[in-house]
Amino acid sequence: MNKQKFSAFSLLWRGLSRHRSWQAQWRKPQPKPSYDALIIGGGGHGLGAAYYLAQEHGLTNVAVLEKGWIGGGNTGRNTTIIRSNYLFDESAALYDHSLKLWENLSQRLNYNVMFSPRGVMMLAHTVHDIQVFKRHVHANRCNGVDNEWLEPPQAKAFCPPLNIEENIRYPVLGAALQRRGGTARHDAVAWAYARAADALGVDIIENCEVTAIRRDSEGRVQALETTRGPIAARKVGVAAAGHTSVVLGMAGVRLPLESYPLQALVSEPVKPIFPCVVMSNTIHAYISQSDKGELVIGAGTDAYTSYTQRGALHVNAHTLDAICELFPTFRRLRMMRNWGGIVDVTPDRSPIIAKTPVPGLYVNCGWGTGGFKATPGAAHLFAWTIARDEPHPLNAPFTIERFRDGRLIDEAAAAAVAH
Amino acid sequence: MLLIDCPYCGERPEIEFAYGGEAHLERPPNPAELDDQRWAEYLYMRSNTKGVYAERWRHARGCGRFFNALRDTTTDRFLASYKVGEPRPQLSPPAGPAA
Repeated sequence: MNKQKFSAFSLLWRGLSRHRSWQAQWRKPQPKPSYDALIIGGGGHGLGAAYYLAQEHGLTNVAVLEKGWIGGGNTGRNTTIIRSNYLFDESAALYDHSLKLWENLSQRLNYNVMFSPRGVMMLAHTVHDIQVFKRHVHANRCNGVDNEWLEPPQAKAFCPPLNIEENIRYPVLGAALQRRGGTARHDAVAWAYARAADALGVDIIENCEVTAIRRDSEGRVQALETTRGPIAARKVGVAAAGHTSVVLGMAGVRLPLESYPLQALVSEPVKPIFPCVVMSNTIHAYISQSDKGELVIGAGTDAYTSYTQRGALHVNAHTLDAICELFPTFRRLRMMRNWGGIVDVTPDRSPIIAKTPVPGLYVNCGWGTGGFKATPGAAHLFAWTIARDEPHPLNAPFTIERFRDGRLIDEAAAAAVAH
Repeated sequence: MLLIDCPYCGERPEIEFAYGGEAHLERPPNPAELDDQRWAEYLYMRSNTKGVYAERWRHARGCGRFFNALRDTTTDRFLASYKVGEPRPQLSPPAGPAA
C-alpha cells in the first residue's frame, strides 16, 4: 500500500492546495476470520510490535486489536520522558537499545515523533541520593550509557529556573544528567507506528475488546473471542499494560503484577521557560515543557490497585508542593488538566517481555511507571520473541520465570520514583 | 480522596491509611517443603482483580491496626470492611446501591 510521503515539499504543496489532498493515515478494516499473529493492545508497544513483525520478520498477515482507540491508554497519558540510565547491566542494555531506536525513529517511519534529546536531570537531595546517583553514573559509563554528575551550580546552569538555595526543605545537593535523554510526542509515536504498520498490510482494529482466549486440545492458542466476533490465530502477543492480568487470566496465567493508577497534569501554556526534563525521586516530581508550552508534570501512583484511570487529588498536590519549592517561579501557574492511567507494576520494577506457559501466547508487560521510553525497543524485542518463538538476547533475562528462579532485576531504586 | 471505613474507628480519609495489598494470602505453613514455583506463587503472583477485590489496609495514622476490605477496583467503591481473622463477607447481589 502506497502512503503519501511526508516531506517539507509535500507539506508546502498540500498547504498551498488548502490541505484537501491528504489521505487517511491508516485503513479501518473489518477483522478477517484468521491471522498469522494477533497483538492485543493498540498502544505504542502493540502497534510497534506489529510494525516490526511485518517489517523485520515478514509477518504481514497480522492484526492489532484495541478495545478503545489507538494510543488512548497509557501511550496518550504518560509524561513522555525518555532516558536509559538504569543501574543493572540487563536494564541498561534494554533501555539503551530503545534510546538508540528513538534517535532515528522519525526518519525510519517517515513521521515526526518530535524526539527531543534535551537532557534528563535527576536531582539529589540527600547524602544517600548522592551516593546512589554517583553509583549510577559509574555503572552507566561502564555500560556505555552517558550519565554525568553535576554540582548544584552546574545543575542551575543547565536548568535556570531551578532553586539551589540551601534554605529549602530538601535542598539540591547535585544531579545526575543524561544528555541523550529527553522527550517525544506521545500520540505521534502511536500514529507513526500505526501508519507504518498499515502500509505493510497490518490491520488495525479499534473498538474490539478481547473477551476470551480459546485453546486447542494441546493447550496452544487457537483463537480469540472478541466483541467483533471470533478471530483465529496461532500466535497472540499481549501488550495490554494495566489490563495484562485480566487478559492473561483468560488463559489461566497468573502474573506478578499489580495495576495502580498513575497521575499526571499539565499547566496552562506559557512561553519557553524550561529547557530540559527534571526529575526528583526523593521529593517526587517530574517536569518538562511541551512544545505547546504546557508544563507537563508527573505525579506518583496512588496507594491502592485500581482500574479506574483516576486517582486522588492529594497525590497531585504532593507533587506540586515539590515543584513549587524547586521552581518558585511556577507558583502562580494554574493547572489545566489532570488524568490517570493504569500501570502494571512488577515486584522488581523491571518489565516482562517473554513467552508464557501457554504455547503461542506471548506477553510484554510490567513496565510500571516507565513504559513510554521503552516503546521502540520493547516493540522491536517483542516482535522478535513472537516471530521466532524465542527471546532476543536483550530480553532473555526479562522472563516470568525470573521470579521463580530468584533472578530478579531489582530496579526499584533506579526507577526515579520513590516506590 | 477515598473515605475508608476502619472497623475499629469508623470512616476516615484515605491519607490516614497504608495499603497492604491482596488479602487472604496465607503464608505456607512449611516453606521448606515447597518447590520454587509454589514459593514464587506465594511471594509474587497476585490476582490483581478487575472487580471486587479483597485487600488489606492498615489504619497507620489512627489506631494502627490491620483490617481487610472489599473494594470494587472498577469504581473504587468500598463494599465492606472486616477484621483480620474474619472470613471474606459474602456480598448478596446486587452489591450495594447502584452508583
